[in-house]
Amino acid sequence: MIRVQQNDFDIGAEIEALRAGRTDIGAIVSFTGTVRDTAPHGGAKDAPITQMTLEHYPGMTEKELTRIEAEANERWPLQASLIVHRTGALKPGENIVLVVTASAHRHAAFEAAQFLMDFLKTNAPFWKKEDGPEGGDWVDARESDDDALKRWDKSDEAAE
Amino acid sequence: MSVKLLYFAWVREKAGKAEEVVELPENIKTVSDLMAWLRSRGPEYVAAFEQSDVIRTAVDQTHVAHDTAIADAREIAFFPPVTGG
Repeated sequence: MIRVQQNDFDIGAEIEALRAGRTDIGAIVSFTGTVRDTAPHGGAKDAPITQMTLEHYPGMTEKELTRIEAEANERWPLQASLIVHRTGALKPGENIVLVVTASAHRHAAFEAAQFLMDFLKTNAPFWKKEDGPEGGDWVDARESDDDALKRWDKSDEAAE
Repeated sequence: MSVKLLYFAWVREKAGKAEEVVELPENIKTVSDLMAWLRSRGPEYVAAFEQSDVIRTAVDQTHVAHDTAIADAREIAFFPPVTGG
């Protein structure tokens, strides 16, 4: 399941809803991304952040998240999965994104959660703007995120 | 051909608008052609599409490369590399 929303999410409640009434799950992994109070922006290496604004492409965002989740379910035997991503203005310390994966065994749950985050980071149409005392800056995409994606290359898997 | 264009993040800020509907000239065949044509429409478009190699594109809400044909497109979006998560 995927959701895009302005409101915060309750990590415990989301996991409880996902596992409610089920006895076939043996492992649940969750990842939460949160807003840091500093970031490299405005030319400084580590400048204070007062607010982060998340813009997205309504319609395509849901489409991409659904596609990414389907891909994870094809690669790993998941009993359940969830992606929740927030949009709008967020303060330091607030939640941004939640990924939960549930499987019979831990390896599939761990790997699928990492896969979902790596694909979300490089494919889902979200953009972060960080505001500090000196003004706002759009966050630059990181090459390390593209590198993180490469480890899920199917040709690599075949070579292992 | 009439097509809806969408702009996001700094592309939107530089273009000065989030979306518009344009009538495309016949000779615009690909995403690259479209960006070049947009640059000819005014200084705000020149600013938005200056670093055209950095800009990502989606045709009808699917990521595409710049050499993609846009013949049947209804909605074309331009945006910086994504930074969610």
